[in-house]
Amino acid sequence: MEKTVHVSNKGATLDTSRRNFLKLGGVGLMVAGLTIAGCREDDYQFPMDDVFDLGKGDLGILNYAYALEQLEADFYTKVVNNFYRGINDEERQLFTDIYHHEVIHRDFFKAAISGATSSILPKLEFKYDGVDFNSRDSILATSKALEDTGVAAYNGAGKYISNLDYLVIAGKIVSVEARHASAIRNIINPGSGDFSGDDVIDVNGLDLAKDPKDIVKIAGGFIKTPFTWKEQGIG
Amino acid sequence: MNLLNILDKLSDDQFFTKMTSRSEGLSDIANFGRKAAIASIPLGLGSFMATSAKAETTKDSVSAASDLIGALQLALTLEYLEDEYYRTGLAKSGLIPAGDKVVFQQISKHETAHVAFLKATLSSLGTSPGSKPTFDFTVGGTFQPFDDYQQFMILAQAFEDTGVRAYKGQAGNVASNKGVLQAALQIHSVEARHASQVRRMRANKGWIELKDGGRMPAETDAVYAGEENIMQAGFNTSSLFGAPAGSASFDEILSGDDASAIARLFIV
Repeated sequence: MEKTVHVSNKGATLDTSRRNFLKLGGVGLMVAGLTIAGCREDDYQFPMDDVFDLGKGDLGILNYAYALEQLEADFYTKVVNNFYRGINDEERQLFTDIYHHEVIHRDFFKAAISGATSSILPKLEFKYDGVDFNSRDSILATSKALEDTGVAAYNGAGKYISNLDYLVIAGKIVSVEARHASAIRNIINPGSGDFSGDDVIDVNGLDLAKDPKDIVKIAGGFIKTPFTWKEQGIG
Repeated sequence: MNLLNILDKLSDDQFFTKMTSRSEGLSDIANFGRKAAIASIPLGLGSFMATSAKAETTKDSVSAASDLIGALQLALTLEYLEDEYYRTGLAKSGLIPAGDKVVFQQISKHETAHVAFLKATLSSLGTSPGSKPTFDFTVGGTFQPFDDYQQFMILAQAFEDTGVRAYKGQAGNVASNKGVLQAALQIHSVEARHASQVRRMRANKGWIELKDGGRMPAETDAVYAGEENIMQAGFNTSSLFGAPAGSASFDEILSGDDASAIARLFIV
């Protein structure tokens, strides 16, 4: 079987990365095929060995959160290094603050996971097809999508966390993501109910919660570096 | 506690009439949605029921169950408070400027829904939801939130920022029931969205830097005490961009006792 994917912090190119990411979807099929053929998984030398797996249990959740925070931090770093045309002071301050928070979240997870294990997700590479960093509308729309996704991701991941300390930490972060989402939504549509709009809050007054599989599907469009999360059936 | 009781209630229209009597603004469609959502609760509580059955033998599980109920009752008290506050404010003519009404209607709609959801959740766990306390939002005349819009906004901000901290503080107590845990997280982030919005309407940032509520009266100091924390699991969040950004990047918890103490200020 061909060796198709590499941990791309060693350098996936723009050309191959999307293809590589898409190929992750085939991993499950490949494993299923091996099982049918009578091969035991642990006897088989995976060609995917250098593709990072997020891991099991709480470690998997921490690496998952780290992946999402890497994405947010990377995006806002690009935003503040190239503010869109016509940005006003309020928006400049808002994006600078959010950039600070997301970089802190990213570095927090990096420190926390590194302190506990060597199985830490490498630095991911991202791509922003279709995002125009010079366009206010494009940046606000992307920010809204990222923040809402972050909220739904943490809300959906809480039930998988077994260590209560980690649960509280996740809680401390998700409310900040929700504060961001609210602010971005209000800037897009001031004076409306969109800060906690009916598109994200249901009739019981509950915000979205999404499972890791669905989140990785949503965020996957931005992620160049392949990874798997076998415990959650991803990759 | 049993499923039959829940199903029985679901088929009893009186139950819903009573439960939704306060939410005049809710459409029939929303009520239908709520009904459908309540119908889904027993599934979400499946794990708790399983735990509960085992619980008779282990002390830990029993206390986990009582922690769960206690957390939900506390949450209900806070939601009663918020719900009544916004409904009273919206009903007071001339208080909320026309341009801000939509925002507070949206918040009010969610708080009403939270009350109903928590009551239904407690009922489905076989516990009677606590009844609504009598509130005095003036705190014996200290505040005039329904006559002074700025005061209305100040208390709204205090309630929302308190809600965020209080739900977070209960995470450990509801973690024994994955269905309730997720729902609590889903309410928690809605409170944070509200908090950010109200804060920004008061020309504050949507997030809390250090323990500065942002032009808040001293009476609300308890809401922000401890928010200045910059150490998270041994990581110094101030090392990159300073303490204000570091503290703002993580919201802090409020213990059940501290949250109750804040709520009690407004309970007669």
